[in-house]
Amino acid sequence: MKRLLVLGGGTAGTMVVNKLRRRLDRSQWEITVVDRDDAAVYQPGLLFIPFGGYHREQLVKPRRRYVPAGVDLVLGEIERVDAVTNTVLLADGTRIGYDYLVIATGTSTRPDQTPGMLGRLWRTSIFDFYTMNGAVALAEALERFDGGRMVVHIVDMPIKCPVAPLEFTFLVEAYLRRRGLRDRTEIVYATPLPGAFTKPIAAARLGSMLDERKITVETDFLVERIDNQRKALVSYDDREITFDLLVTVPLNMGEEFVARSGLGDELNYVPVDRHTLLSRKHDNIFAIGDANDIPTSKAGSVAHFSVEVFTDNFCEYAAGRPMTGSFDGHANCFVESGDGKGLLIDFNYDTEPLPGHYPLPGIGPFGLLTESRRNHWGKLAFRPTYWHLLLPGRPIPLPTHMSMAGKHRPEPKEE
Amino acid sequence: MPVITIGATPVHVDGEGFLTDYDEWDEDLARQLAAAIGIELTDAHWKAIRFLRADYVVQGETATLRRVSTQAGIPIKELFTLFPGKPAKKMAYVAGLPKPHGCV
Repeated sequence: MKRLLVLGGGTAGTMVVNKLRRRLDRSQWEITVVDRDDAAVYQPGLLFIPFGGYHREQLVKPRRRYVPAGVDLVLGEIERVDAVTNTVLLADGTRIGYDYLVIATGTSTRPDQTPGMLGRLWRTSIFDFYTMNGAVALAEALERFDGGRMVVHIVDMPIKCPVAPLEFTFLVEAYLRRRGLRDRTEIVYATPLPGAFTKPIAAARLGSMLDERKITVETDFLVERIDNQRKALVSYDDREITFDLLVTVPLNMGEEFVARSGLGDELNYVPVDRHTLLSRKHDNIFAIGDANDIPTSKAGSVAHFSVEVFTDNFCEYAAGRPMTGSFDGHANCFVESGDGKGLLIDFNYDTEPLPGHYPLPGIGPFGLLTESRRNHWGKLAFRPTYWHLLLPGRPIPLPTHMSMAGKHRPEPKEE
Repeated sequence: MPVITIGATPVHVDGEGFLTDYDEWDEDLARQLAAAIGIELTDAHWKAIRFLRADYVVQGETATLRRVSTQAGIPIKELFTLFPGKPAKKMAYVAGLPKPHGCV
């Protein structure tokens, strides 16, 4: 009997066990997935909670519902991986051996990594929306908010869903207008990047959307600490941004067991080959989804597209053949822009987000890098797709690799 | 890729002046690149630059500030003092490495 062990039953891990259970012979393969709890969260929905868009129950379901028959779900905290003996040790002393290990434990927010963030202002004037409790607390704070200086802030890149802080900014601006508070509120967007986004054409488009909404952008702002006394973010180059309400995206890091096992980089991400997701150190360990270090977005769409390539590759690899699939870094993300509209971006390792139509050239139905109601409805419609098609590993009619069809590169403007 | 001459040495650079060929760099060139952006290199600068050069060979990409701070033991605050303003970009420039790509 061969043993496949998957650590993490989130988006990537759940897809993998569903797809591989159908592909790997039950008489020859045992599949086990480990997670610390039985609560699967639809994370893209967290963005809407601060504005009363969803309730907790709509976004959380039992993991075991999505784990297929023939796969063992083990609940427990992972202590470490021993890559020499091919064993995973859990905190309760359980040992699980493997022939192949897939690390899919994602990334999470670490407010403890910024001095002053977890001080007395935490969840009274400082909030995050990447956790269920943070998003719920922020909803209550927004209800109480009656004007002042609101700062939306990113500690450092990379972060899960890199467009989410921009979306939050657009949504909160529209929300404040609806509540008649916009005139009394100054909104500042503080980012460690040199612009609104990482890639030039999208950064220009999204940056001008911030300008149109009279949102001040503070670029190259790398926070050193938060001064609770002065209610201010302080950067390494001694700039200060004061706030009445701070909505921050704390530093994102992979799980600590990755570091304890000697498998991670400085942010606890597992270094892998960017096309096959095979560990660069161990030939029977893969890392998929947000847990690896590939240079593309940490996002469910990347987990989805890369898992399509990974499962085919894994079947070849486990049969002793070379892996023939190659992941191209494909990501796409709906970007909420407020007032019931949204944008869509689609890109990979080599091609930045460009304007055009997706997935069909000239038809869409979705517009790339342009605001439309259809894009907003597309984003909302994804939630049932996630639960019913994506997690169970059923086919979704979208091409795995990015396509240039329907995209165009804008003419460079004369300086 | 354009070729420019720094001192007496012709080197390949990208549109923003970052060297594009790892092997065209040497320590003399680094001193001139640093001077061009108003930095005189001290031992503390060299520690960061040598780490970046060595790390690039293994990783295939330019280290982030956080990586330099955790792996080379140079606090981020100090990197801002050594390479004021935009330390990640300036370090890469002097070390003859590609501009660190904004992570996505």
